[in-house]
Amino acid sequence: MERKIRVLVAKPGLDGHDRGAKVIARALRDAGMEVVYTGLRQTPEQIVSASIQEDVDVIAMSILSGAHNHLFPRVMQLLAEKSIDDVLVIGGGVIPDEDIPGLKAAGIAGVFTPGTPTTETIEFIKNNLKRGI
Amino acid sequence: MDGSATSPELVRSGDQLAIARLISMVEREDPSRLAILKALHAFGGRAHVVGITGPPGSGKSTLTDKIVGALRAQGRLVAVLAVDPSSPFTGGAILGDRIRMQRHATDPGVFIRSLATRGHLGGLSRAVSEATRVLDAAGYDDIIIETVGVGQSEVDIVRIADTVVLVSVPGLGDDIQAIKAGVMEIGDIFCVNKADKDGAERVVREIRAMLETAVLNGAATRFSGLYVARATLGAHAPISPAADQGAFHHIAAQVSGHPNLEIPPVLTTVAETGQGIDDLVKHIKAHETALTATGYLRMRRESNLAWELGHAAAERVLSALERDERKETVGELSRAVLDKKIDFYDALDALEDALTRSH
Ligand code: B12
Ligand SMILES: Nc1nc2c(ncn2[C@@H]2O[C@H](COP(=O)(O)OP(=O)(O)OP(=O)(O)O)[C@@H](O)[C@H]2O)c(=O)[nH]1
Ligand SMILES: [Mg+2]
Repeated sequence: MERKIRVLVAKPGLDGHDRGAKVIARALRDAGMEVVYTGLRQTPEQIVSASIQEDVDVIAMSILSGAHNHLFPRVMQLLAEKSIDDVLVIGGGVIPDEDIPGLKAAGIAGVFTPGTPTTETIEFIKNNLKRGI
Repeated sequence: MDGSATSPELVRSGDQLAIARLISMVEREDPSRLAILKALHAFGGRAHVVGITGPPGSGKSTLTDKIVGALRAQGRLVAVLAVDPSSPFTGGAILGDRIRMQRHATDPGVFIRSLATRGHLGGLSRAVSEATRVLDAAGYDDIIIETVGVGQSEVDIVRIADTVVLVSVPGLGDDIQAIKAGVMEIGDIFCVNKADKDGAERVVREIRAMLETAVLNGAATRFSGLYVARATLGAHAPISPAADQGAFHHIAAQVSGHPNLEIPPVLTTVAETGQGIDDLVKHIKAHETALTATGYLRMRRESNLAWELGHAAAERVLSALERDERKETVGELSRAVLDKKIDFYDALDALEDALTRSH
């Protein structure tokens, strides 16, 4: 049976802006991926735990509140504590350009800001998966 | 590389990553899963498998979340398999059941897995029965399976669950569509959710009336065997498998008008607030007790296995037909029928012969 790309789409932190996350979830579904949508107000612990149980290939997080510099690296830290290194982690939302290098250094493989076409995200995922499909 | 994170020992120890990766191997029908599943076989059969089914949006996920909470309060280990449909066009899926259950995500006593149907009809995914066995061997006490929203005939859940909760809601229209459409037979417990809305009492009355008629008519529904057995033999009397099959109609005839005749419970809940959940969980557990005490649990599991074995065998035959030399035989036989050299049934016999010889 053909291998499906599984993606966890999550909104960490307290902000209620979920349009972008839903747009991404639908775009990935339409690209043939299986998207586990966990909804709003997720703690990094919930995100990592869900990503393990769901055995996803990708964790995709959306933040528009400005809390990305804290929450994104925290998720990477929790994954490292569980010795999980084969999951691709990406983020998006309202994220100032000057914050992006720091997030990448923390292990967020790609950051997608407003105006990025979803096709770009889909290509990025397909080309950067850390596990064989 | 995927398989390296999983093994029978890790699964048995409750390692969530190992369990998750094995379920992924099951989903993609990875042949190397079989050795692990075989090694786990001896440890299965303990868990109580509960199916939650009902129309789209009836509150199945919200109910599941609350049931998980109640079972956890009793200290039980709980796993959930939540099935959502794949898009027939792109093969993609949005698996949204988990949203309602995320408060349990970090509880080490809970394991939640979302599965896409991947083209399988019947309200479940092909992976569900093997995934259930994985979770069973991993030591979960209760395994809850949420089906996709059932339409008319998607009733695979009866082949897997020990106890089926059929969820209904007020306001589905004049008649209780999902319940009438032949899905009613599958419920062991009937749950009218969204009881905060108008019309819940009427739905309860309608379901009760239908169940009473069905039981009195001796309709061989899934539940009536159990209830008939309890009515005639007492709640804790063991009964033999024969009582279920040939003798069933005999027993049913005996109890028509029996004063103790029971129908399955019809309960009301408000999943959002948790109202009625304790009662629902009590009935789910009472059903398990009744199944065990009457011997029905074993019977039900035996007939489910018989069904699953039959289907697996049929799939093997179909894939055997796909092999090149068989395709040739099928081609030859088809041409012979077309040219009126033999008839269809002779061709079928010849094919059956060829298949049984090759095994
Ligand atoms: C709509 C909106 C709202 C709506 C949200 C409705 C909803 N359910 O989503 C409402 C009115 C509720 C709202 C409220 C607030 N908002 Co507002 N809101 C916006 C607004 C105008 C548009 C956001 C949006 O929906 N865009 C459309 C979607 C499709 O785009 P997107 O989310 O950016 O997603 C795209 C990309 O970013 C990317 N992407 C996003 N996530 C991800 C994830 C991954 C993995 C990937 C690959 C890509 C990706 O792909 C998407 C598609 O291209 C923005 C301003 C802006 N222009 O961004 C402010 C904005 C986000 N809001 C803001 C604020 C401050 C608030 C409030 C705090 C206001 C207040 N004082 O009450 C509240 C907070 C509400 C809350 N509970 O959190 C600020 C945030 C400031 C900051 N980051 O420092 C913004 C930036 C406005 C501003 N310039 O000040 N808001
Ligand atoms: N009023 C009311 N709403 C409820 C109740 N239970 C659930 N809901 C709401 O009904 C909607 C659907 O609930 P879900 O639990 O997602 O239903 P579901 O049956 O799992 O849905 P699918 O999986 O999509 O078929 C949500 O908006 C819930 O908040 C209830 O008891 N009363
Ligand atoms: Mg649901």
